[in-house]
Amino acid sequence: MSTIEQRGWAVVDGIANAFRSGFSVSAGERRTLLVSALIFIAAGLVPLIFGGYALQLAISIVMYAGFATSWLLFSGPTNYIALSTAAFFGIGMYITAGGIDLLPYPVLILASGVAGAAMAAVMGLATLRVSGVYFVIFSLGLAELVRQFMTWGQHVLGTMSGLYVTIDRSEPMYFWQLLLLAAVIYLVGWRIGRSRLGFALRIIGNDELVAVHCGINTARAKVVLFIISSAFASIEGAIVAPRWGYVEPGVAFNPFLSFQVVIMALLGGTQRLWGPLLGVIPFVLLWELIAINFPSQTTLLLGVCFLLIVYVIPNGITGLVEDAWSRRATIGKSGSGPVQRVIDASVGPLRQLLRRKNGNA
Amino acid sequence: MDIVIIGLLLGGTYALMAMGLQLQYGVARIMNLANGEILIAGAFSTFWFYAGTKASPLLALFLVVPVAFLLNWAIYRVLLYPLVRRAKSQGKLEVDSILATFGLSFISVGVMLAIFGGEYLDYSYLSQPIFIFGERYGLNRIVAFLASAALCVSLYVWLHRTRAGLVLRAVSVNPSASGLVAINVVRTSALAFALGGAVTAAGGGLLSMFLTFDVSLGVVFTLKALIIVILGGVGDIRGTIVAAFILGLAETAVATLIDPGLTLAAAYILFMIVLLVRPEGLFGRRAA
Repeated sequence: MSTIEQRGWAVVDGIANAFRSGFSVSAGERRTLLVSALIFIAAGLVPLIFGGYALQLAISIVMYAGFATSWLLFSGPTNYIALSTAAFFGIGMYITAGGIDLLPYPVLILASGVAGAAMAAVMGLATLRVSGVYFVIFSLGLAELVRQFMTWGQHVLGTMSGLYVTIDRSEPMYFWQLLLLAAVIYLVGWRIGRSRLGFALRIIGNDELVAVHCGINTARAKVVLFIISSAFASIEGAIVAPRWGYVEPGVAFNPFLSFQVVIMALLGGTQRLWGPLLGVIPFVLLWELIAINFPSQTTLLLGVCFLLIVYVIPNGITGLVEDAWSRRATIGKSGSGPVQRVIDASVGPLRQLLRRKNGNA
Repeated sequence: MDIVIIGLLLGGTYALMAMGLQLQYGVARIMNLANGEILIAGAFSTFWFYAGTKASPLLALFLVVPVAFLLNWAIYRVLLYPLVRRAKSQGKLEVDSILATFGLSFISVGVMLAIFGGEYLDYSYLSQPIFIFGERYGLNRIVAFLASAALCVSLYVWLHRTRAGLVLRAVSVNPSASGLVAINVVRTSALAFALGGAVTAAGGGLLSMFLTFDVSLGVVFTLKALIIVILGGVGDIRGTIVAAFILGLAETAVATLIDPGLTLAAAYILFMIVLLVRPEGLFGRRAA
């Protein structure tokens, strides 16, 4: 629809808006950070109040919150659906399980992140230079691929297929570790959103051609972000490994995890950093009910969830909230010209975001 | 030598299943990730037919193919066409169709689990050996290969020698321009999608003659078909056939020489090489 000229104008418009909003921390952003910090601190009190089953649910929620937010770091702005969470998670688990007798635990957490980043770099460099579909396909089979290599490697080396991870940690400790990690992911995501990289990615997500014309190295930006996002998934694996106690290829590289993470993030909405949080909490609770009541129909019901999200709430919960919000805000402001409409369509979400920020400041 | 022959025989059957996906992705522009489940459904129905009637599994195809055609046509009209209409761009459509067909694939796995159960299924039909160059091969592999080759050739001829085939190829090249020359793009896409599903199901029926199946294997076949389509080039039937043979050979070589557990790894290494060296595929057109 839009000609190159119009797209060009849309970019100028977007850049101008970005500069107007400035890159320093505005009052509105300071408020957001403060509120987020309070929420995390409040969440940190959970293990002091709850125990047993409720705490287990809470651990699931913070774990998936970490997964979904790190998934969103990459897939939110680029719109490429990454299905590789399980592969990176499994790598983290295996590194921890394999090295637990040799190296101190914090080193293993770091090593998991590095290994995840390295694998993401290889995969990203191969697939992200070309169309997004190839990336999706590659990520779909990645967990299975790594699992095959692991099983084969253990077979060749003659080791057992399972590994035991024994370090002493209490349940509240896992909760706090995972919560801290989720907070770090959230903070990194927030920081990226305000950086040059984040800005570049928003332009790529809106219109890749425009991004290329702006002189953005689109492949590099995507690879860097994919590396960050995947490294977090591996670290998550390193943290969870001792809780599971026993690591085995079929469990560590279970592709189901990747799909659950995608569903949670989509349910919450991919346009906002805090979107996945809104999806994770209801989905973990719902899934718990499903797993208890219909243990043999989980695959079927996961499929139903996918279809419901695509057809009923394509923009997630945050999308629903914001639709209602903007409908209230734009009454009486409609009737813009065709040029304006083209601009809105090309840089719409970005502009909305920035405009709201300006309004707050 | 037997690696080459088994690889070629396997590749011939792969060609059929990948042609199904090629029609769905190349013409109807739907990245159908439930493709493998259609294949599995075809395989299981053939198994049932054989177990029930003891007649040749080849006869089952006459039942499986029309049913798969109707089913896929309905899937396109009911589930996927609304997404096509809703999509603002090709990229958005890809995201939506990937998610929707994922949902579909999970649902069909769930339904098939309920119907067929979670066991591995295989049956022995024509398992007597046949000798080629002094090596023995299962007759069922050869029959499956011949049947699949016959279907591939007729599909190829149909696409390149008839008016309906021409229409399909036109939509594959450019849907909006096809609309301008009075082609009903919606109907053609639905036809291509349905035909693709039918061809894939036929591939499943033929594969079931010599491979062991279980319900959860669908995604592996989806991946294989996708890799073949990309390797051969999207929108090019010749490329698909050549790529299917390459994958068949590579898998057989890895399975015999290194480890049977690494077949997917073999496919992925091929995929990686293609992406690095020639992302548009062997016969694909370079994107403008």
